[in-house]
Amino acid sequence: VAGFTGFHNQDLGRFGESKVAQYLINRKYQILDQNWRCQSGEIDLVAKSPAGTIVFVEVKTRRNSAFGHPLESIDAIKQSRLTRLARNWLRTKKLGAPTYRIDCAAVTLEPNLHIDYRIGVI
Amino acid sequence: VPAIKLNSIALLGLTGTAIEIEVDISDGLPNYTLLGLPDSALLEARDRVRSALQNSGFGWPNRKITISLSPAWLPKSGSNFDLPIAIGLLLSNAILPNIDLSKDLFLGELGLNGQLRPVRGVLPALVFAKRAGFKRVYLPNENLPEAKLVSDLNIYGFNSLNQVIEYLQTGNYFQTESNLNYVDSENIEPDSLIDFADISGQKNAKLALQIAAVGGHHTLLIGPPGAGKTMLAQALPGLLPELENEAALEVTSLHSISGSKRSIYSKTPPFVAPHHTTTATALVGGGSQTIKPGAISLAHRGVLFIDEAPECKSGILDSLRQPLETNSVTITRAIGSVTYPANFQLVLAANPCPCGKFTGRGRGCACSQLQIRRYLNRLSGPLLDRIDLKLLVEQPTRAELSNIDKKIGEKDVQTSADLRRQVKRARARSNARFKEFPWQSNSQIPARYLRGDFLAEQSAMTFLHTQLDKERISARGFHKILRTAWSIADLQESDRPTLEQVQLAFNLRTAGEIE
Repeated sequence: VAGFTGFHNQDLGRFGESKVAQYLINRKYQILDQNWRCQSGEIDLVAKSPAGTIVFVEVKTRRNSAFGHPLESIDAIKQSRLTRLARNWLRTKKLGAPTYRIDCAAVTLEPNLHIDYRIGVI
Repeated sequence: VPAIKLNSIALLGLTGTAIEIEVDISDGLPNYTLLGLPDSALLEARDRVRSALQNSGFGWPNRKITISLSPAWLPKSGSNFDLPIAIGLLLSNAILPNIDLSKDLFLGELGLNGQLRPVRGVLPALVFAKRAGFKRVYLPNENLPEAKLVSDLNIYGFNSLNQVIEYLQTGNYFQTESNLNYVDSENIEPDSLIDFADISGQKNAKLALQIAAVGGHHTLLIGPPGAGKTMLAQALPGLLPELENEAALEVTSLHSISGSKRSIYSKTPPFVAPHHTTTATALVGGGSQTIKPGAISLAHRGVLFIDEAPECKSGILDSLRQPLETNSVTITRAIGSVTYPANFQLVLAANPCPCGKFTGRGRGCACSQLQIRRYLNRLSGPLLDRIDLKLLVEQPTRAELSNIDKKIGEKDVQTSADLRRQVKRARARSNARFKEFPWQSNSQIPARYLRGDFLAEQSAMTFLHTQLDKERISARGFHKILRTAWSIADLQESDRPTLEQVQLAFNLRTAGEIE
């Protein structure tokens, strides 16, 4: 655990995202995209569920919960941006109108590595 | 997961509504919503409950929390839902075992450290709870003495959220210090009031107030500053018989809603003295979030005293006219309509003129004739119509003042307790007489009956008719004098008002007439 404290913020985020990607792969999801960027911002992860649903994932990583739950920082403004980003991604990839959902995942490193994954919250 | 439901009570006036508090925790982004038309004090419950839970050693569910207070259409206010919300969160978080709480009632405000703080209106809320079939009540310790006035409910008082939880988990109820110090109503001394024995002189005024106490007559005291008008008025509740149990509960309920300092065990009729700059709302009752009782309802079954009555803004005193007729007041606001009882005895005090010195020979009075005439005219005719006794309160003389040195118990010094016994006896007489009639006191005898069943003795009626013929009194004055005379008759244990008693009543009414 001590090793994690050396992360810079960006590295910390990347580390969390890779953990969530692994979490999804373990559950038979297929990763379609990672850190996709456009004018409106960035999508952390895009995956395809075993049932074929396109899943957009916002990952929040914190060392610990000392400053509150990681997902508490996803406010109304961020939620609407995530929706906009998801639509942008679908338009860019010309995938038509598939079923899609937006998930959020909270990764905390201390005291143990923990992934709090919430499905379809936006 | 079965929905978590807890019960509490919202008060509108003296009427309660059972409030069901539902707590739902679901997956989703951490979020916390409170539904059911909360006002700002209630909306802040979110943050109080959150801190209280965390500081009591419980985790906070970082999930989507929805709390709904139903019925949803009823606007809710105040802090007494803090406790049920906190308990609901713990239940849905599986910290508490799933026990049957459908007959349990929770009331209480939470401090940020998890301490339970007292709320207002506990007595009327529990009277309702009993009627609504609740069995157990959990509330802050400080509200316990008041709550215990309601019988047949299991009432538990707690100091903190942790104590409530411990009780719900284990069934252990610890008698804390304030539970044990619960005092029986018998052992409480009556509120300290001014005793009549402390007032020197003022023989006429004292007699008049005793008569007013017998018949519930509204009274106007006119006199120079410093003569003792306020003292006399403050002593009046001491003459009124103690409140019966039911009546005392009613008075305590009204005071509980407004959060006043009156002792919950007090059986002394209340004495309420709003300042003459009071607003109509403060006097009559009102408010937007909760409709609070005004001074007239706090003075229910007691005395409402307004000093310097002519200094009141116009319209303020006239707002008393309708409650004086109906003995109650109905206040309507956006959130609903509330009827409070307001059966009070009105005592007004006034200076004879703006400078206050126009009395006796009027020495030193700097007011013009016009000012003097206008001053008491500020009290409107319709209001004065409802006043039976007008007293001139003169400055006590030197001889009278020295009388105050006489010890209580000497012959000519009567204490309030002596006078109260006489009043009680007189009231028993009038109550017996009014058994078959819909009114309770001499001041309420309708004019029609005064000329029928309730005539004075022949000679007395002749005297009154003569005064009427000479236009010294009006028809209204005629009836008021008769009503007062009945109170005197009750006090002096006559079967009908005698000539002497009617003459006394006549003098008490007209002596204060300033032409």
